[in-house]
Amino acid sequence: MTTMSTRTPLTTSSATLLVAEREITTQLRSKPFLISMVVLVMIVVGGIVGANIFGGDDEDDQVPAAVVGLDETVTEGLEEAGVEATTSATMDDAEDLLREEEVEAIIAADGDSPSGVRVIGLDSEPNDVAQLLAVTPTTEVLEGGEADGALRMLVPAAFGMVFMFVGISCGMMIVQNTIQEKQNRIVELLLAAISARALLGGKILGNSVLALGQGVVLAAASVVGLLITGQQDMLDVLTVPMLWFVLFFIPGFVLVASMFAAGASMVSRQEDSGTVVTPTMMLLMAPYFVVVFFNDNPLAMTIASYVPFSAPVAMPARMFFNEAEWFEPLLALGVLALATVLMTLLAAKIYSRSLLQTGQRVSLKTALSSAD
Amino acid sequence: MLELHDICRSFGGRRVLHDVSLTARRGQLTGFVGGNGAGKTTTMRIILGVLAADSGTMRLDGQELAPASRTRFGYMPSERGLYPKMKLAEQIGYLARLHGFSRSEAAERAESLLTRLGLGERLNDPLEALSLGNQQRVQIAAALVHDPDVLILDEPFSGLDPLAVDEVLSVLTEQAAKGAVVLFSSHQLDVVERLCDDLVIIGDGRVMASGGRDELRRAHGTLRYELQTETDAGWVREVPGVTVDEFAADRVLFRSQPAVAQAVLSQAVGQGAVRRFAPVLPDLSEIFREFTADSYNQPAEETLR
Repeated sequence: MTTMSTRTPLTTSSATLLVAEREITTQLRSKPFLISMVVLVMIVVGGIVGANIFGGDDEDDQVPAAVVGLDETVTEGLEEAGVEATTSATMDDAEDLLREEEVEAIIAADGDSPSGVRVIGLDSEPNDVAQLLAVTPTTEVLEGGEADGALRMLVPAAFGMVFMFVGISCGMMIVQNTIQEKQNRIVELLLAAISARALLGGKILGNSVLALGQGVVLAAASVVGLLITGQQDMLDVLTVPMLWFVLFFIPGFVLVASMFAAGASMVSRQEDSGTVVTPTMMLLMAPYFVVVFFNDNPLAMTIASYVPFSAPVAMPARMFFNEAEWFEPLLALGVLALATVLMTLLAAKIYSRSLLQTGQRVSLKTALSSAD
Repeated sequence: MLELHDICRSFGGRRVLHDVSLTARRGQLTGFVGGNGAGKTTTMRIILGVLAADSGTMRLDGQELAPASRTRFGYMPSERGLYPKMKLAEQIGYLARLHGFSRSEAAERAESLLTRLGLGERLNDPLEALSLGNQQRVQIAAALVHDPDVLILDEPFSGLDPLAVDEVLSVLTEQAAKGAVVLFSSHQLDVVERLCDDLVIIGDGRVMASGGRDELRRAHGTLRYELQTETDAGWVREVPGVTVDEFAADRVLFRSQPAVAQAVLSQAVGQGAVRRFAPVLPDLSEIFREFTADSYNQPAEETLR
């Protein structure tokens, strides 16, 4: 044509960035994505706050009890311990109150009892009230920092959940996107403008940023949840493993993202995506189950923390347990990075070779052997 | 001028293109005709660089075709596709940016092109909200937004109503008039016949014939003669060496050797006034059928041997 316009052919990297930008803006404007994000945040914050409320740490409720024949000073002591004391003149009055279920127990003076009082319930032994009256020693641990039993289970499980959910949701976005582009053939227009590598790179980059963003939002939500419920100490213990988790998450997600993209490029219809996506899904779910079932088994956890697919979950978990040497996360990160580089190279090969082949599913062998 | 020389390509050991050579000149429409599976789409994808050729060379204006020169190629794939949920202006702007325009310029171009194609009111609608005809216009915009000087269109008219065909045509002829190479494939041979100056006929992965439209019509197919007289022309059927294809009282369309045709003419003149006598060139569909029938029959013969 006559007029030459001002433009320069895109370099691979700027084409990659452009594709990534589209992936991100498209996703951020999609309602389902935003809604699922809001729901996830609500589950995380709600879960932490809820666990705190129903966990039973804060029984501020006063237990009503009838008091018979006790000194003023003893009664005051009871009220401090959490008993809502109703002083009754006689034992009969107190029994009436108990039978009418106005109170949960009767606390009466008893010279024979070592504590000087007798606690009487209606039809069951009044353990609640008795516990309030019990004297418990102050407890303390010398070797701090060791995660206790419940947390040992919960924290790795949370890492596993986040990795699994974010990995699957963002991974499926790549899958749908890739198949959609292939199915409606816009891929031909795209490939006429930019290289398959740039397209794949942009997809992985864009969705990794989204996945990481989701991870950060969820982490922030959990911090908010912990702060609301005043669990500052918990936050202190979690911060470092959480940062490591993010550090592992990035290459870990790129690894599965390239597997998702390569798998999706081999099929032409959404209906066929099952077979090519399932293996990657399994690999995303595996770390969760490994840390849930084997968090007490140091050998299994050590192995899992070096296997690229489970490292993003298992290594931060081991660090949370204080069971990893200082060099171990670095080593595992190196192994993971290497695996990720190899996988992206392989994925680029499969992706660029299968993208234009429509109809039947392209077999892995064909994708790797055909010369293009 | 776009030239292909001896392009070969195989898929999984099966060769689909055999030494394909063709030429498409600037300033005119070149039609690319062939049966299903003849290799049209593969050839076009190779020209676009979407697929690689196993061997062969391609030149544009005498220069070896390099990825950089392909940035000025416009492409319309046979199966139409854009992002269904993306807004028109954004979508076309994105494609312009992929072709190297800056963000602002891409937006400007997308908007003006879509407006020119009659979609100015719908810039912010998602593609899927448009009728099929309008989606087709968006597809044309996608092929043209980066000001291509080589246009490769795979079946640009398939599934279009006559009005939309004319719209696409006017855009294509406009591009060609500006000096672009326009190569398009089509099954609608009447359209190809009406428009194309040059033709390439491909069958079974081989170029069967190529060249100017009339040149091809003279060289291939069957030459017929048309005779119109004032009187009944039924007697022509009795002339030895003549095969009548069509007959309607005073008009016959027949095949014969040139000498026999001349004899028929003089006999007709002797019988009464001749209103018309002329050789009739075969139309494209006949030539097309001739070639595609050949390519369909070949494998059958091979299996017999």
